[in-house]
Amino acid sequence: MNEKKTFWKHLQAWVDGEEVILDADKYIVSRPKREKSDWRSHFTMEYVKEHRKLYMFLSIAISVLFIGIMLGVVNGLPEFGNPHNPANNEVMERYLESGIEETGATNFVAGMILDYRAFDTFAEANVLFLAVMCAVILLKKDSKNYCAQEEQEKYEDNIFDEREKKPILQMGGKVLAPLVILYGIYVILNGHLSPGGGFSGGSIIGAGLILYASAYGQKKMRTFFTFRTFTAISVGCLLTYCACKTYSFFTGANHVGFAIPKGTPGDILSGGFILPLNICVGLIVACTMYGFFALFTKGDI
Amino acid sequence: MSTGIQVTLLLFLIACAIGVSFTRNLFIAVIIFMGYSSIMAVIWLFLESPDLAITQAAVGAGVDSVLFFLTLKKVHALKGTREG
Repeated sequence: MNEKKTFWKHLQAWVDGEEVILDADKYIVSRPKREKSDWRSHFTMEYVKEHRKLYMFLSIAISVLFIGIMLGVVNGLPEFGNPHNPANNEVMERYLESGIEETGATNFVAGMILDYRAFDTFAEANVLFLAVMCAVILLKKDSKNYCAQEEQEKYEDNIFDEREKKPILQMGGKVLAPLVILYGIYVILNGHLSPGGGFSGGSIIGAGLILYASAYGQKKMRTFFTFRTFTAISVGCLLTYCACKTYSFFTGANHVGFAIPKGTPGDILSGGFILPLNICVGLIVACTMYGFFALFTKGDI
Repeated sequence: MSTGIQVTLLLFLIACAIGVSFTRNLFIAVIIFMGYSSIMAVIWLFLESPDLAITQAAVGAGVDSVLFFLTLKKVHALKGTREG
C-alpha cells in the first residue's frame, strides 16, 4: 500500500512537471554540442533577389501543376444532373418519402443530420469541443503561466479598456445583442420546423455574445459567463447528446420500442429527440464561438 | 430576372476572389472575404438551401472575420491599433 502511494505521488509530481533527474548535469555536460544550422541563413532576401527568375518559374509551374490536377479530377467526375449518378440512389428517395413519418421533423435537413445521421453530428460537436480545448491549452493565461511583464501589460490593458469610451459600439450592442441572441434562440427552437438548426442558431448566439463582450468588456461578461459555466455547458451538452443517442441506439436505433412520442409534424414539441439535440448542439456551438473570441483577445474566458 | 441576378452575383464572387489575391493589405483582404461570404449566402438562397445560407452568413461573414481580425492583431499585422 505504501509503495503504491509513493508511485502515485511520483506520478502526480511528474504530471505537474516537478519530477527532476538529480544527475541531469552529468548527461548535459557529456553531450556533444550540436552545430546550429538555421534555415533562415540559406534563404536571405539577397538570395531570393538573385534567383528571382527561378522563383517565378517555380511558382508558375506549381500553380499550373495544381490547376492541371484539379481540372483532371473535375473532368473525371460524373456529369452534373445525370439521373444515373451514384448520388441519386435509394437513400435519398427513402429520406424524402418517409422522412416526416419516421423522424417527425418537417425540416428534412434536421431530420437527416439529427436522426438518421446523428452520430456524425455528435462527432462534429466533439471536434468543436476538442478545437476549443486546444485553444485553451495554447492561449489561456492564468496565474500559473504569467511572468511579471505580462501581468503589468494586462493591468495596463484593463485600465485602458475601462477608460475608453465607445458610445456607438455600446449603444449598438445594447440594442442589437438581445435581438441577435433572441433570433438565435428562435432558429434553434424551430430547427426541426424551418431552415436552421443547432449549428446556425448557435453561431448566431455566439455572434451576439461576441458583440456584447466587445461593447462592454469581458469583465461585465464574466458576471454571467465564466470559465466554469463554459466547461459545464459544453461537457453537460455533450453528455446529454451522448445519453439521448445511446438510448435511441439501445432501443434498436430504428425507434422500435421507442418511448418518446413523435407528436404531430409541424408542432413545436415534435420530432422526438430532435429538439433537445438541437438545443445541445446550439449551446455547444455558442460556447465554442464565444470561447474562441475570448481566448484570442484576452487569453481568458 | 433571377438568372440575371445569379450571374451578377457569380461575377461578384469571381471579382472578390481575384481582388483578394491582388491586395497586399491583410485588413482589406479580410473585408473582401466578408463580402465574399455575404454574396455566397445569397447564392445559397438561390440554390434553395436556406440552412446553409444562415450558417454562411453567421459563420463566414460574422464570426470568422472577427477571428481573422483578432489573429491579425495577435501577430501585430494591423497598423493603427495599440499592438500594431
